[in-house]
Amino acid sequence: MAVEMLSYIERHSPVHRLTGVTKLICFMIWSSIAMLTYDTRVLTFLFLVSIGVFIISKVKLREVAFVLLFILFFLMINNLAIYVFSPQEGVRIYGTSHVLVDIGGGRYSLTLEQLFYQFNVTLKYFTVIPAAILFIVTTNPSEFAASLNRIGVSYRISYAVALALRYIPDIQRDFRNISMSQQARGIDMSRKEKLPKRIKNAASIIIPLILSSLDKIEIISNAMELRGFGKNKKRTWYRARPFQKIDIITIILFVLILIVSLYVTFHDGNRFYNPFS
Amino acid sequence: MKKPVIQFENFSFQYRSQTAPTLHEINLTIYEGEKVLIVGPSGSGKSTLGHCLNGLVPFSYKGEVSGSLKISGEDVKDLDIFSLSKKVGTVLQDPDGQFIGLTVAEDIAFALENDGAPQTHMFDKVAEVSKMVEMNEYLDSSLHQLSGGQKQRVSLAGVMVDDVEILLFDEPLANLDPATGKYAIELIDRIQNETNKTVVIIEHRLEDVLHCHVDRIIVVDDGRIIADMTPDELLASPVLEQCSIREPLYVKAAKYAGCELTPEMQPAHIESFQVDRCKAQLVDWFRKVDSPQPKAKTEAILELKDITFGYKPGRTTIQGVSFSIEKGEMVSIVGKNGAGKSTLSKLICGFEKPNAGQIYYRGQDISGDTIKERAARIGMVMQNPNQMISKQMIYDEVALGLVIRGVPDAEIKERVLKTLKICGLYPFRNWPISALSFGQKKRVTIASILVLEPEVLILDEPTAGQDFRHYTEIMEFLVELGRQGVIIIMITHDMHLMLEYTPRAIVIAGGEKIADDTAVNVLADSTIIEAANLKETSLFDLAQRAGIGEPKQFVDRFIAYDREVRQKWQ
Amino acid sequence: MKRKNLSIKTIVAIGIGSAVFAILGRFAAIPTGVPNTNFDTSYGFLALMAVVFGPIAGGLIGLIGHALKDAIFYGTPWWSWVIVSGIVGFLIGLVSKKINIEAGSFTVKQIILFNVVQIIVQAIGWFGIAPTLDVLIYAEPVNKVYIQGLVAGGLNMVTVAVLGTLLLSIYAKSRSQSGSLTKDV
Ligand SMILES: Nc1ncnc2c1ncn2[C@@H]1O[C@H](COP(=O)(O)OP(=O)(O)OP(=O)(O)O)[C@@H](O)[C@H]1O
Ligand SMILES: Nc1ncnc2c1ncn2[C@@H]1O[C@H](COP(=O)(O)OP(=O)(O)OP(=O)(O)O)[C@@H](O)[C@H]1O
Ligand SMILES: [Mg+2]
Ligand SMILES: [Mg+2]
Repeated sequence: MAVEMLSYIERHSPVHRLTGVTKLICFMIWSSIAMLTYDTRVLTFLFLVSIGVFIISKVKLREVAFVLLFILFFLMINNLAIYVFSPQEGVRIYGTSHVLVDIGGGRYSLTLEQLFYQFNVTLKYFTVIPAAILFIVTTNPSEFAASLNRIGVSYRISYAVALALRYIPDIQRDFRNISMSQQARGIDMSRKEKLPKRIKNAASIIIPLILSSLDKIEIISNAMELRGFGKNKKRTWYRARPFQKIDIITIILFVLILIVSLYVTFHDGNRFYNPFS
Repeated sequence: MKKPVIQFENFSFQYRSQTAPTLHEINLTIYEGEKVLIVGPSGSGKSTLGHCLNGLVPFSYKGEVSGSLKISGEDVKDLDIFSLSKKVGTVLQDPDGQFIGLTVAEDIAFALENDGAPQTHMFDKVAEVSKMVEMNEYLDSSLHQLSGGQKQRVSLAGVMVDDVEILLFDEPLANLDPATGKYAIELIDRIQNETNKTVVIIEHRLEDVLHCHVDRIIVVDDGRIIADMTPDELLASPVLEQCSIREPLYVKAAKYAGCELTPEMQPAHIESFQVDRCKAQLVDWFRKVDSPQPKAKTEAILELKDITFGYKPGRTTIQGVSFSIEKGEMVSIVGKNGAGKSTLSKLICGFEKPNAGQIYYRGQDISGDTIKERAARIGMVMQNPNQMISKQMIYDEVALGLVIRGVPDAEIKERVLKTLKICGLYPFRNWPISALSFGQKKRVTIASILVLEPEVLILDEPTAGQDFRHYTEIMEFLVELGRQGVIIIMITHDMHLMLEYTPRAIVIAGGEKIADDTAVNVLADSTIIEAANLKETSLFDLAQRAGIGEPKQFVDRFIAYDREVRQKWQ
Repeated sequence: MKRKNLSIKTIVAIGIGSAVFAILGRFAAIPTGVPNTNFDTSYGFLALMAVVFGPIAGGLIGLIGHALKDAIFYGTPWWSWVIVSGIVGFLIGLVSKKINIEAGSFTVKQIILFNVVQIIVQAIGWFGIAPTLDVLIYAEPVNKVYIQGLVAGGLNMVTVAVLGTLLLSIYAKSRSQSGSLTKDV
């Protein structure tokens, strides 16, 4: 059950050198554009840029392949679901209907508009995913907490995020250990059991995990208290990094991309790019 | 005139959920620059006493305080926990909550960050302190990659950055291998000498702490201070025996031989101990006691063949380990922190699957069996009690396995209560587990496996945090099980435990089996001791210094004799 | 002394809570047999944390926990649902004062209150806000997202009703009442 997850990958690359603040801001700009626009030209442009940045970052595809496969699978299901629930969504959006495959003239006839719409939905993910993955694997988690604090999130909440990142591997290990020790006392975890039984069995792991994490909360807050956390209005961060020229340039660049993208998307009063009219 | 830094006066404390106070009428003064050791049975209130010093009582653990406690002249009533944390630096007992930062450097810097120290200052200070504890090469390592001993150093560094006056250690040696434990004690000693801080250590492993100089030992029993004297005085007195705290073995041996110990004989360290005066008695005693009978061979039950395993591809944690264990045998697995002992036990229980090799049970290959199938015969107590406890109440926790197996209620009750008595938990049977001390929690997990009556019993660090009496009671019960044919495998850092109870020891180093011999032979071989971070027993020294030519024989006989004496406790 | 800021305990609860939320959502979602629909046990846990540590903790655990889970296991946060997890946690947390679980009891009346609140809150979240955001942000087909919302929301209500209630009563029991523990030999 040692499921892989994305985590910081240490490298020397320009992307790694940016401060966490910069990357956070850029990531937010990036996901906002990708959220707002449905303009194929903008999306294609963003997609190409994110591929470019990915290459610069020296992160290898192999290192994140497991997540990519998962996302591809998810996208496939999602596309199918969209088609099943709303096969004429594209027609509704673009206002025309070019039937490619006629299925009894009915609801499920395949149209060019639907294909184009679903292509855009997919492209939208493809623009965000490299950016999101990069953000996660190139940002040192501790520096990330410092960054959150820098952009105005209170240090207490920033630290909560740092704790979450710090403890995910621990809790994952606990989960596994508890599951083992419960099985060792005779609880059957095999998948063949019936649903109610399975729920009961799951409870026998989840409940101890939750109770032990409540204890953990107690112990850790004691330890933090003993070392003076929360004493002052401000705190400093060992891992904080100062802004450099490259950070400022990057941010300006991304803000420009934001403005241009939004202008291109909305200057015709609609977030969709319509090649059919 | 020395300046007092800690002054308890008629101090009592009662946890809110309790009906009786946990600390009674404590009167204790500790002076600047002193090094004080606190010992006492499990659950006697040592950690609670520590919590009073660092402010967790009453800021985090609520309850009723009476009397007064002054820290460097100021009454703690007038201080908040932050000002207290500037005076007292604490290394906590529970290993789970110790580390907060993601990496070594951040964890060390944590207190400085909270002070709002400028970054450059933090870099300097962290570099300085990490050098002091010899962790300067690991600053960027993440904490869960470190071995137990390295973790201990980091936690020490974490409290050192703050210029505290008092350093408080709650069981700093638990989970450390003998050599690392020795190192930790030397490190604490060195830091104290360099900085002249006041040091308070709470620890069960008395002999190990006494490896370096200690000014005073305070004995706590049932929430009261029953002794407060120098190590020499204490070891010459009968106090330790009375509240069943383990004495250093050489002291015990001398006492068995009939020597009158006096403080002038300086029994605090084996090196300073004046053996000459009781040489004759020791030699005489050695001649009189019988040596133990070697056991007859029986059939092999559990067999490991060429087991190889790695958590991650490309890095093996266990490499080609083979051994077989006979019916009714008691075996120790010993070795360095991180050598792979716990991993080996997980492989036997099926928690992990070996990459190569087979495991046989009564000649049958069980490599393909599920955890549950193996659990019908093999019971395991894990190293960290927090990972095993799944119920709220002690009774329910111990009964859990029986309930799952559908044992009738009346029988469950009988078996659970019997097991709770063996583990010294009977008075607490209706308590929630959250109100127990650390050692008591560990005993709950032991009870929850003992009650299942497995044919093979694996105990990972069973005696960590246990006092001598409970330890003896549990062990004697295990010996009884061994006589009935149960196999008992103990993973331990406690060399006494190994010598006393397990005739045979398997030594693991770097994932490989480097020795499989009698416990006494293992400890007589300096290459093994070196390779596996073990420590030779002080009994060897004693025997040599007393001029007894066969130190191994001496150890054997001592153990046999000691066991007999203790069996009378029950 | 009551501090205005979040207490250390609340902060740690948010941090550890988010980690547990992410792990439960990833590893302890029990498939119902219907494709892509799970009993997501993390919401039972979220409800517990919200009641024990209050609305701010509840909201942030939902938000941070869900965002982290999506980010590190699935590559990118699905923002519309992340936001709703936060809202659900926050709103359930609002009943924490009324229930006062620390007092060590979880009466039938409180159980009913808790469940009524959780059902209303989750209905607003999963049936209303989540699909609406999906349409607004991702321009997904309306009927698809509402059906997804209905199924997921319904399952989450059941999960919270069963697991949340169970956890809360266990938690209440574990708060041993003052002056109740005696050694009886
Ligand atoms: N949080 C708590 N609430 C109620 N009672 C407690 C709590 N913690 C400890 N106690 C009680 O106080 C007693 C002393 O506990 P303490 O942890 O001080 O023991 P200890 O001497 O440190 O033991 P050990 O060597 O096992 O760590 C225990 O018997 C326990 O019942
Ligand atoms: N779940 C895990 N995933 C990856 N590596 C692990 C895991 N558990 C242990 N290890 C690594 O395997 C090695 C052996 O660990 P193990 O816990 O078996 O040591 P040990 O001999 O029991 O040490 P100790 O005496 O400190 O308990 C260590 O280097 C450890 O870091
Ligand atoms: Mg203790
Ligand atoms: Mg171990």
